[in-house]
This record gives sequence, C-alpha cells and structure tokens, in this order.
Amino acid sequence: MQEPLIRLQNISQSFDGSIVLDDLNLNIRENEFLTLLGPSGCGKSTTLRILGGFVTPDKGKVFFDGKDITSLPPNKRQLNTVFQKYALFPHMNIEENIAFGLKIKRKSKDYIRDKIRYALKLVNLDGYEKREVTALSGGQQQRIAIARAIVNEPRVLLLDEPLGALDLKLRQDMQYELIRLKNELGITFVYVTHDQEEALTMSDTIVVMNQGYIQQMGTPENIYNEPENAFVADFIGDSNIIDGLMIEDYAVQICGQKIRCVDAGFGTNKPVDVVIRPEDVELSTNPENGFLTGRVTSLIFKGVHYEMEVMAGGFEWLVQSTLCYPVGAEVGIQVKPENIQIMNKPEFADEKAVSVDA
Amino acid sequence: MRKQLAAGPYLLWMTGFIVIPLLLVLYYGLTNEAGAFTLENVLNITEPQRLAALGRSLKLSLICTGICLLLSYPLAMILKGMSKAGRSGLMIFIFILPMWMNALLRTMAWQVILNRNGLLNTLLSTLGLPTVNIINTNTAIVFGMVYNYLPFMVLPLYNVMVKINDDVIDAASDLGATWLQTFIHVLLPLSVPGIISGITMVFVPALTTFVISDILGGGMILLIGNVINQEFTFTANWNLGSGLSLILMIFILFSMFLIAKYDKEGNGTAI
Repeated sequence: MQEPLIRLQNISQSFDGSIVLDDLNLNIRENEFLTLLGPSGCGKSTTLRILGGFVTPDKGKVFFDGKDITSLPPNKRQLNTVFQKYALFPHMNIEENIAFGLKIKRKSKDYIRDKIRYALKLVNLDGYEKREVTALSGGQQQRIAIARAIVNEPRVLLLDEPLGALDLKLRQDMQYELIRLKNELGITFVYVTHDQEEALTMSDTIVVMNQGYIQQMGTPENIYNEPENAFVADFIGDSNIIDGLMIEDYAVQICGQKIRCVDAGFGTNKPVDVVIRPEDVELSTNPENGFLTGRVTSLIFKGVHYEMEVMAGGFEWLVQSTLCYPVGAEVGIQVKPENIQIMNKPEFADEKAVSVDA
Repeated sequence: MRKQLAAGPYLLWMTGFIVIPLLLVLYYGLTNEAGAFTLENVLNITEPQRLAALGRSLKLSLICTGICLLLSYPLAMILKGMSKAGRSGLMIFIFILPMWMNALLRTMAWQVILNRNGLLNTLLSTLGLPTVNIINTNTAIVFGMVYNYLPFMVLPLYNVMVKINDDVIDAASDLGATWLQTFIHVLLPLSVPGIISGITMVFVPALTTFVISDILGGGMILLIGNVINQEFTFTANWNLGSGLSLILMIFILFSMFLIAKYDKEGNGTAI
C-alpha cells in the first residue's frame, strides 16, 4: 500500500485538564478530500491546528511525507490554512494579502504578479487586486483567503469551517467551487465542518469524530448507509434508532416483531441498536400490509417530501415519503431487509457517553 | 429639535470654559500690556534661556515617551495573551491603581525614593553598592514622568492589541513568516493607532508639566512649563506667559493632528 501523505500517530491533547484528543490515529492520502466531521468540541479543529502546527500535541507524532514534523513551526510546513473567520490582513489590500506569503519567500515581482492574477482568476475574482479587504462581502473574503493560501503551492490545504459564516445559497455554491478548485489544483484538502451535508457533498473520505475519538471513517456512501454506531447514524442525516434483539443470523426482533435483515455474526439473542433511515420506512394505507401497525401523529411538508411521525409498537417512527398520509390515519409499516442496519450496543465508555449525548 | 436643545448646556460649557479661555490666551499672547498687537511675546521664545527650556522639555518628554513605549508594548502583548484566558483585568487594575492617588503625592513619593539619603541610596549602601546622585537631575524628572504617564501608554496599546484577531497572527505564520516578520509586517502596523494615541497621551502632558520638574528638579531645572508658570505667578506677566503658551500649543496641535489621522477608532480616548 502507498505510504500516506500525512500520518497522525497516537495523538493525545488536553487543554486545561480536559481531554480533547485521545490516542488518535489518522492517515491522509495524497490528493484526497478528507473531511473531519463532528459536533463542536469533538476535537476536529484541534486536529487541524495540530496539522497546521499551531498546537504541538501532548503525545504522539505527526508525519508528513514520511518525515516527523511534530515540532516543526507553522512557517516551515508545506501546508496552508484557510481560517474560519478568513483572517485576512485588514491593513493590506487584496493584492498585498495574496502576495504576503510570496514576499516572505522573496519571489520576484513578476512571479508574484502572475501568481496573484492566476489565483484571483481561480476564485473568480479577477480585477480585485486593489480593493480593500473591508469592501468585500463574506463570500468574497473567503475566496481571497483561499487565494492567499493556494499561491504558496501547498501540498495540503487545511480548511477550518470556511463556509460557516455564509448564507445557505452561497454555501452551496462554494461547495461546488471547492470541489472544482480541488480538482484543478490536484492537492490534498483537509476540511473541518460540523455540517453533515457539506461533508457528504464534497468529501472523498469522511472522518466522523466525537469527544476526541474517531467514530467512523469511510466514503460518504459508506458512512451514510452503513453507520457503525448510534452516534454516527444520528449525526449523519435523520435516523430511527430502535432497541432490538438479534435472535439469530438474518433475523432481528424490534417492537415485539421478528423481521428479516441482511446482517449476521452478532450471535444469538443479543441486544443491538437497529437503525432505519426515515426515507426507508414504507407506509401503506392498509394496516394489514406490513409488520407493524401505527397511527400518524404529525405531518409536515418539507418540499421534496413529507415528513411524518408514526406511533407504532411503542416507538415514534420518523418517516419521509413523497406520499402524504393525514394525521390520525392507520398505516402499515414495512422496511426492506437491506435497509435495516444492525449495530452493536456501545461497549466502551466513550461510545456510551456518545449515545447518551445524542 | 429636542436633541439639539439637550446639547445646549454642553455648548455653553465649551464656550465658557474652553473657547473663551483659549481666545483670551490668544489675545494676551498677541498683545502688549497696553493692549496693542505685538509678536514680541511669541518671539520671546528665541531668547537663549527660553530656547534651552523648550529644548530640555522636548528632550525629556521624548525620552519619557520612548521609555513608556518600550515598557508598555511588551506589557500590552502579555496582557493580550492574558485576556484570552480572562486574566488581564487584575493586571490592568494594578497598572491604573496609581492614578487613584494625587499626582503631587506620587511625585513627592519619588522625591523620597531618589533623595540623597532616600530609599534608593539606603538600599544601595546596605547592599554595599556605590550610591547615586539622581535627585534634582534630568534623570529624576524622567523617572517621575514615566511613572506618572505610563498608564496613558499602556491603555491605548492594550485596547488596540486585544482587538487584533489571533487568527491573523496565526495566518502570517502559516504563510511562512517568522516571529519577527509577523511582528514587523502584521502586529506592528495593526497596532499603529494605539502607538500614536499612546505617544500623544504621554508626550503632551510630559511636554507641558511643571509640577514634576519642580519637585524632582528641586527648582533648579527649568522646563518650558516652569517658565510659563513663572510668568503667570511670580512675574505676573500674562502677556509673555500666553505668548509662550502659544508656542507649546503648536506642538500639541501637531499631536492632535496625528491622532486624528491615525486613530480613527478613538482608542486613545477609550480610557
């Protein structure tokens, strides 16, 4: 296997006595769009700051291209950061901001001028050289922050919730922009966000984090379809997480009913968490049709689909469907075996804390 | 309309206690005792003794301002770091604390410390070190000035420093700048408004003081403030005193001009 570009090895970090990262191991491949996803306080920003060199971890090592860079200061690293609140230099105009890193490296005037023009074109802000930072909107400032980072030709671009302060429409546009940028530049992006939609849209790899631990790492499809624990299932999209009993391979009991599933290897009569996505719950007007009967308790129109809550078998099911079932209607509930995701109950203290939290 | 009425008392105050006195100084400064127009009072500054006093004032207040800046800048940086942890309050309080005491009292305390048989020399001789003769010298006056005016430098610098986003400092280092480069290209330019305010707030009172030089100079070292004071109180020559004041005003106006130009957010007045 190819040696990863960045390797975080047994990283631990605590601030003022509270543990932020606990024995974290993470590999980042070259040209990968990797997203660190998690709620605030999960350690994702600290991980990024360790990569950038702003925080030296209490324990563990950071390898870049096979070399130990754990104690290398930020100005000696081949990474550049795009900060959450842009962090442009307010006393410089756009051109001077972008040129900062190149001037430090004593590049020639011509080189700097060409680079600035190229970078501004790349972020769709040609001709903005002489503008003042304060004259730009949030979205434009964000693009300048990206331009300022990429002119230095970093091998890795670190992005700390760069779209957090933008409005929804702009955020969606910028997501496509970032994917395009990543492809044009052909470098590695490490992206930090708490927005699961952002993570699913842009990433090659998503690392779901909580309370200093990596909960799951995989492709967006993998994370969404096969969440490994209740925290991941709950954090990525909406889910119904139901207490279940694994009776035997390919058969699970929920809400007192035995149904077929595609999972095996959990043992017999073992308590498990069962995750069913709301769009995978199928309703029918005939209460006989399905393994459970329930009553619709609420109905909301969401645009693409209706969102309903159905009381059935002592559990409130969240259901998303393009078909509308009025409040009070008797419905049958059906779920295809391949849409049932079985997970072990949390065993470790950290996972337990997670599920209580969620 | 009602809002304009509310400004009335202040306008009255400003006219009565600021504008009219200034005009009076201007009138006295540009007339002789008979009330006829003359530039004699203003030009009196060219007399060697006067020039020496003005020169000494400029020299000592510049030295004082320089020392205050060198002491305050690192302090303001430390306070910025502490304010992140919410611990800067007490430090600032301690630095402002002397301002609760009368300025005269503070200066006299320095007299006790710097006297020939004062605290400093007692301490030095106890340690077996040679004693120093500081009282009634320029050095003593600078000591007094720095002590009295230091808070006026610390506060505007601190105000401007806490407003500088830490991410901006990190960004500079992220883009390859060393600590020194970050300081020169980012931190220093961003703190210019505070530096200018601080310089003005220290330089102007130091330039015009006569109390500090009186007490710590033992009446032997004349600053321009002492000269003007003498004209008003001892010689009772208001015309000459006002004329010399006008010269000082030129320096003060220049400082104000600097503030207006660089300190648009009013950090210097935020005390």
